[in-house]
Amino acid sequence: LSFLECSWRFCGRFKALWMKAALPDFKIRELTENPIGGRIIAAFFPPEKERLDFPSFVRILAHFRPIGKNRSRDRAQPEQANSRTGKLKFAFELYDQDRDGKISREELLQVLRAMLGLQVTEEQLRSIAERAIQEADLDGDGAISFDEFKKSLEKVDMEHKMNIRFLK
Amino acid sequence: MGSQRDSCLWLLVSAMLLCCVSPLKAELKNSQHDSHSNSNITGISIVSFKWEHVKAPYIVAVWVLVCFLCKLVIEANHHVTSIIPESALLICAGFILGGIIWGADHQQTFSLTPVVFFYYLLPPIIVDSGYHMPNKLFFSNLGAILVHAIIGTCWNAATLGLSLWGCQKGGAMGDLDIGLLQYLLFGSLIAAVDPVAVLAVFEQVHVNDVLFILVFGESLLNDGVTVVLFNVFDAFVTLGGAQIDAVEIIKGIISFFVVAFGGSLLGMVFGILMCFLTRCTKNIEIIEPGFIFVVGYLSYLTAEMLSLSAILSCVFCGVCCQKYINANMNENSVKTVKYVMKVLANGSETMIFVFLGISAIDKTIWVWNTGFILLTLLFIFVYRFIGVFLLTWPLNRYRLVPLEFIDQLIMGFGGLRGAVAYGLAVMMDEKKIKEKNLMVSTTLIVVFFTVIIQGILMKPVVTWLKVKRATLHDLTLIEKVQNRVFEHMLVAVEDISGQIGHNYFRDKWKNFEEKWMMWMLMKPSARKTQDHVFSVFHQLNLKDAVEYVTEGERSGSLEFIRNDSVLIDFKKKLGKTPPPPLYPGEDPVPSVSLEMHEQTMNGLREMEDLNSHHLLQEHLYKGRKQHRHRFSRNHLSINTDEDEVQEIFQRTMRKRLESFKSAKMGMALPKTISKHTKKEQQKVRTPNGKNRISVDEGMGLPLIQLIEIIRHLFSIKINLVKLGNDSGSGIENPAFMADLDPVVPLQIPPWLAEAELDSGGVAPSQRAQARPPLTAGDLRRLAPLRISTQSTDSFMMADIPDAEQRRDSFDLPPPPPPPP
Repeated sequence: LSFLECSWRFCGRFKALWMKAALPDFKIRELTENPIGGRIIAAFFPPEKERLDFPSFVRILAHFRPIGKNRSRDRAQPEQANSRTGKLKFAFELYDQDRDGKISREELLQVLRAMLGLQVTEEQLRSIAERAIQEADLDGDGAISFDEFKKSLEKVDMEHKMNIRFLK
Repeated sequence: MGSQRDSCLWLLVSAMLLCCVSPLKAELKNSQHDSHSNSNITGISIVSFKWEHVKAPYIVAVWVLVCFLCKLVIEANHHVTSIIPESALLICAGFILGGIIWGADHQQTFSLTPVVFFYYLLPPIIVDSGYHMPNKLFFSNLGAILVHAIIGTCWNAATLGLSLWGCQKGGAMGDLDIGLLQYLLFGSLIAAVDPVAVLAVFEQVHVNDVLFILVFGESLLNDGVTVVLFNVFDAFVTLGGAQIDAVEIIKGIISFFVVAFGGSLLGMVFGILMCFLTRCTKNIEIIEPGFIFVVGYLSYLTAEMLSLSAILSCVFCGVCCQKYINANMNENSVKTVKYVMKVLANGSETMIFVFLGISAIDKTIWVWNTGFILLTLLFIFVYRFIGVFLLTWPLNRYRLVPLEFIDQLIMGFGGLRGAVAYGLAVMMDEKKIKEKNLMVSTTLIVVFFTVIIQGILMKPVVTWLKVKRATLHDLTLIEKVQNRVFEHMLVAVEDISGQIGHNYFRDKWKNFEEKWMMWMLMKPSARKTQDHVFSVFHQLNLKDAVEYVTEGERSGSLEFIRNDSVLIDFKKKLGKTPPPPLYPGEDPVPSVSLEMHEQTMNGLREMEDLNSHHLLQEHLYKGRKQHRHRFSRNHLSINTDEDEVQEIFQRTMRKRLESFKSAKMGMALPKTISKHTKKEQQKVRTPNGKNRISVDEGMGLPLIQLIEIIRHLFSIKINLVKLGNDSGSGIENPAFMADLDPVVPLQIPPWLAEAELDSGGVAPSQRAQARPPLTAGDLRRLAPLRISTQSTDSFMMADIPDAEQRRDSFDLPPPPPPPP
């Protein structure tokens, strides 16, 4: 991964965190308060693996790099992790827990419930989920596929939304 | 052709008006002595001309009228305004008016005095920009804005002053008696980017948000620097060069911090005061907006009184309070504040530009020194660009999304000077500064240059350089949800990586806000509906409902058009309709509203009119809470029988929900609304007669949503239900409150009281209340309205068994044409 190659200097910081994380009682307090904290942690672990190795860890974090421009090397590789598509894919997988390639109403509802559950009643959540799906669902199957997801967010400025400054 | 004729006519009228006023005034000045001496001699005069009594307000009013007329004339022709910005045209109109005055009076009787400008014309604009400031954008770019405002302005002032002084020493400007300090003073007043000019020019260009907020934020925040620099250099000039030592300079620097932070803190204090006030104004909702304006103005004046930065105070007042105020006040007050502020701000802006033009036509102030003027122009331009580039380069190392070169170019080009510089220039003391007139004329020329020429060039330059423009797109719920997910995601990743970043602070602030600020500053009822996603959802539903109605009205086959009394209600409600609804073909993203439109258009042609009327009822109840103000301007009476209404409401809602749920389970209806499969088409075409309400799933679901929202809102706003004759706001369908029977003690939301759909009476009658209204399935009762206009018929029809109706009622309408 080219990203790995040029970010060795950050490895130190990651490695420190990594060591901390390897301890059995590791818990980041804020993450437990974060409504989608559980999902994000789950996203770090590749499917069906109990342990996370360092390259995978970094690979996930690579999604949060700012979208680079004049990188001729990267153009050869499809689906760069920090390209717009890569970021959207990561976001998509946060919803799609069963990895069937679609966000069903239930999955959307779960995320909404986690984020808004305290302020909004169940029926309203359901309505919001329903409406959100109606807005994005183009082929009428009642779920949002990745392409539909991408299309519905095409006007969102991803550069500001999914970038962390330290990953430069 | 017609518009040109109109504009000429208006111009003539305004010119005549002006010509009448000023010679009249001149005459009266002369004749006032005579009238005084003559007043006691003759008998009683039946009608007398009391010019002196009304003189001051009359002149003010006439001037305001004339400025607005100028704006009217200018905006008559869009071809011109798309090339030349309106502000430039207003200045030219000012020239013309100035010429007329000159011709009439031969002296400058009206000009933009600093008092009028700083105390009356500028505050509305600043309060408006503070109140409507996009907070999120502002605070995320605050670092860049501050850097440009503070360091950039100092840089501009210093370099300009020094260069001009250097040029004078070099002899480029002839013989001028200006010292270094005076040059620095001049530099400080002309260095500042002006918010009025920036707003006026940028609003027509629509550059992308980040760029706009950088330039605009800079123009607002640099007032802190400008005020300090101006006062400091003014003091230095008074003291003379000899007494400036390190202490004075240090005092100057300290005063900067005091002025800037003091002004901001003062603004925040006033902002919090405003929040508290709106929290307690439940009983005087009618003058709630008044508080905003008064307190905003007071924040400006108080800062001015304490010699702090008034603009900063106003801006932070608006910035701090906007969220809480919008949550606390009811919808009407929010709209009132928004529109009145816009009116005041626009009006002030118009007057400022017109008066700038008029002030230019004055023989006494013009001193022409080619070198001085040209050099000033040149240096302003050049140093602005250099300053922007120099400052953005280190900024880009720290910014998440670096500013591109093109954006920086536009930032440099957008450094417009305006009326603030002129106001400051006129405030200079001519005894201390002998060349004041030269500076004033130079300032005027610089202002005209930037506003007119740079304004004209801005649009072509932006297009030529292909600057990213602002994207206007519809709100979609999925985007809002996703944005929220992104925020949480970023916070989580920052936590994981142990980094304390931007999002960390934002998250902390949000938690703090939720715990303390909202508790203190927001009404308890407002706190519940705070969620952003929810509010977007609410807005979208409102939008759909409104579009549905306007579309329905347009197709013209609705019952309520034939029925006068009902029509009145709708007109009242839709008096302020938003822009025309989307034609179904135009909207690329299928949405609920789209489905409603298509249904309306197809369905109405085949279905019973009243069916649609009924549907409209159902979708409209979300509309507006209206306060009907009868004769009492202060008192909005409220329903006191909350419990009864609530109970009936809940009972019927429960029943309705059950019917919907069973319908949903029982039929395999498609969840989509953009396309219908052949299966449904065939289902629809089974001849069921005309008397069906075809509420399909697409209708039913928004219905559920709307109902749920209503229930939620109802429990919060229960005290605003209208009662009988009294004025008050309705549950969300005031259309049916308009002609309420005096007998009716209760108001039932109209989707419940379907009995009242007969012609003539939209009031829920006694009978409607007695029996709980039937569910949406029982819509067949509407059928007999064609037959007779008696209200009793509908009730009889209602006895038809539910099952049959329910089956029918959920048939799909004829399929809509697929959106292109």
